[in-house]
Amino acid sequence: MSATATTPRTAPARHQQHRGGSSLAGTGTLLRLALRRDRVRTPVWAFSVALLFLYAVTALDAVYPTAADRQVRAELVSSPAAIMMSGPGYGLDDYTLGALVANEFALWAMIAVAIMNVLLVVRHTRAEEETGRSELVRAGVVGRHAPATATFLLALIANALVAVLSGAVLVAAGLAAADSFALGAAVGVTGLVFAAVGLVTSQLTEHARTASGLGLAALGVAFLLRAIGDVQQTHGSWVSWLSPIGWAQQIRSFVDLRWWPLALSLALVVLLLLLASSLATRRDVGAGLFPPRAGPADAARSLRSPFALAWRQQLGSVVAWGAGIAVMAYASGTFVDSVGDMVDELTATSPEMAALFGEDDLVNGFVAVLTVFMALAVGGFAISSALRARAEETSGRAEPVLATATSRTRWLGAQLAVTVLGSVVLLVVSGLALGLGALTVGVTTPTLGEYVAAAVVYLPAVLALVGVVWVCLGWRPGLAGLAWVLFLWAFVVGIFGSLLEDLPDAARGVSPYWHVPQLPGDDLDAGSLGLLTLVALALLAVGFVGFRRRDVTST
Amino acid sequence: MTTPTTTSRAAVARAGTPAVEIHDLRKTFGAFTALDGLDLTVRQGEVAGFLGPNGAGKSTTIRVLLGLLRADSGSVSLLGGDPWRDAVALHRRLAYVPGDVNLWPNLTGGEAIDLLTRLRGGVDPARRTLLLDRFELDPTKKARTYSKGNRQKVALVAALASDVELLVLDEPTSGLDPLMEAVFTECVRELVAEGRSVLLSSHILAEVEKLCDTVTIIRAGKVVQSGTLEELRHLTRSAVTVVTERDATDLGTLPGVHDLLVEPTDDGPRARFDVDNDHMAGLVTTLGPYGVRSLHVAPPSLEELFMRHYGDELERIDTAGAL
Repeated sequence: MSATATTPRTAPARHQQHRGGSSLAGTGTLLRLALRRDRVRTPVWAFSVALLFLYAVTALDAVYPTAADRQVRAELVSSPAAIMMSGPGYGLDDYTLGALVANEFALWAMIAVAIMNVLLVVRHTRAEEETGRSELVRAGVVGRHAPATATFLLALIANALVAVLSGAVLVAAGLAAADSFALGAAVGVTGLVFAAVGLVTSQLTEHARTASGLGLAALGVAFLLRAIGDVQQTHGSWVSWLSPIGWAQQIRSFVDLRWWPLALSLALVVLLLLLASSLATRRDVGAGLFPPRAGPADAARSLRSPFALAWRQQLGSVVAWGAGIAVMAYASGTFVDSVGDMVDELTATSPEMAALFGEDDLVNGFVAVLTVFMALAVGGFAISSALRARAEETSGRAEPVLATATSRTRWLGAQLAVTVLGSVVLLVVSGLALGLGALTVGVTTPTLGEYVAAAVVYLPAVLALVGVVWVCLGWRPGLAGLAWVLFLWAFVVGIFGSLLEDLPDAARGVSPYWHVPQLPGDDLDAGSLGLLTLVALALLAVGFVGFRRRDVTST
Repeated sequence: MTTPTTTSRAAVARAGTPAVEIHDLRKTFGAFTALDGLDLTVRQGEVAGFLGPNGAGKSTTIRVLLGLLRADSGSVSLLGGDPWRDAVALHRRLAYVPGDVNLWPNLTGGEAIDLLTRLRGGVDPARRTLLLDRFELDPTKKARTYSKGNRQKVALVAALASDVELLVLDEPTSGLDPLMEAVFTECVRELVAEGRSVLLSSHILAEVEKLCDTVTIIRAGKVVQSGTLEELRHLTRSAVTVVTERDATDLGTLPGVHDLLVEPTDDGPRARFDVDNDHMAGLVTTLGPYGVRSLHVAPPSLEELFMRHYGDELERIDTAGAL
């Protein structure tokens, strides 16, 4: 008895002397593993963000070479829609190139970096647990907090790289050094905040997908808070100060630099890390915070087709996207009335510009910008939904279904039907929410129907994005993710369209969104919409033909 | 199965046409040749074992049979039809259990079973309940919480509950405990007794030996041996252990005797050796004068068949490991 009781006690005791019993044991090794896994991805990220800064500085300098040009730009970005999509408006009275970059471009760099950080952290923590790989790792001499710590260190390295490279690019473009690096640091620190957010959401759910979704929802809230605050008041109201993106924009780079708002971000990082670590100690490896519940022993009568299965798989994500888009669209809609105020202001300050537009045109233009933004979000949903078909195949879940009396066309058709149905629902929701937002503040034209119509005409463009996924799925399934590149281009053309005036139509026309008439202002151009629809349908058909002919593979 | 299946589809299946007939099947993935002229036949009402090490091409063959992969060349007939062209119609008449079962994480096991059986054309609820009971599977758990063995059970229940002519089982017992393996064996025997056909791929020899009428052994995409278990055994040697009064060292000179080893025991010298089955008669005649105290002759297990076919490969691995 005594022998068996003492022998196992001495061994770990001696071991602990070496390791110190630390919950961080193995962090170094795991960090090296993470760096090895992301050795291409991380530098590509950092360089892409830096290149985007370089592009923005060069393009903005080319489009607005003189102070007078930039002052016109400053007028343009004083509309609520532009403020939502830019920043608190520091330096608008003396709109230097630096101020322009900090006010209008930095936001998008921060959003891109935030998305990358959420995905990076979830990929290295919750996804590892979900696949069971972390079990193998944690069975080694690895402390409880080591995987999360190693992941956070990886994010720290990646964001530092982003900050330094972005700053260096701005300095190289001839901007003030301190402000340049401050802006780079703001982008990097914001990335770090969302890395910490990702660590927290990874503790909450069992699924990597849900963890990323929650992290991105947090990003949406941060974006919305600063948008509301910035529209409420020039240089931001107190609402802007509720958002980490707001803090990063409040450093006033290239205007009147102050560093201290970034301390708020760092403090939030520390708080989130403490939260994540305390959550992590309360749960089992692989489990979420909430225990899984039992479900029905029998399937509902309706669960009897590939469509029912795919709908069941994706309903949650349709609802999540729908909620996000609805909140965003509704909040944006409530700013429609401030466009009216702005017209009055504009008439007073620059009558010739006000004459150029009418009030209706300005409202319509505002609605058009918001609608294209929502339609792009729906495009993002559509691509990720379409890519689920590929995930079903590689995970081996398509195989048992295709081994039943289900043809390939029917199976793939079911996936497509869910993607299209989801996209239609989201487009209608975005139009309705935008219109309801406008109604809430008492703006009755355009009508609710016009808002919905403005959103729904983007369906052919969304279908074209899905069509690209489908062609890849049918012929080169490994390349299906390339649809995101087209999406990115559509985003650039849709949001920065005015900066790209000098690009030939052929280049901008690659974006399916470019062919969609911007209702309610534009005329409904049935010809180009019809053509876009035909292209989309042709792409889908080509995809189906390929999928019927090729091998079904799984990993 | 206690449920009588008087209207079973198997009963009306055309007798004579093999359930599966593959001839000279080839399939390459890029530069890699997965199947290199494979032949395989599963006759109606029999259990055909499909044996080979990992990567031999078993799953590739099965995926061609299911119309998931397109054959490069060769002829493949499944239940009298073309598995690529007639996939949907043929899939109504077969059930499939993949070797690595991956389920929809947010569906319960029960929902997955219902879905898969409905997509195949429906299920007898009594039979489903009975199978859930026999496999001790809780159908209310979400698939993501199932262990590998339980995911396997979901696929097995979905397949075994279906009224089909042919069962295609790709390493179906991986992850099952021995008790559940026994339940599986029992279920397959019942289905075969009803006249259904089974293609059972495995690298577990005991499983094939327990269930199969015929065996096809493949390696690197080619058949190295096929036939009934009896026929295969005929080709091989039996292991003999004999304790004699007189020293038996000179048995080694007999034709057909291999690897003789003689050790002294308290009862007398004990000789162990393998003998080619067609030299058995000569051996028994010769043994008489040695004064046999005990004699044990074991038929070759599939383990031994397997070792003979893969022996050189194993040897090569051993050599490489020793270096």
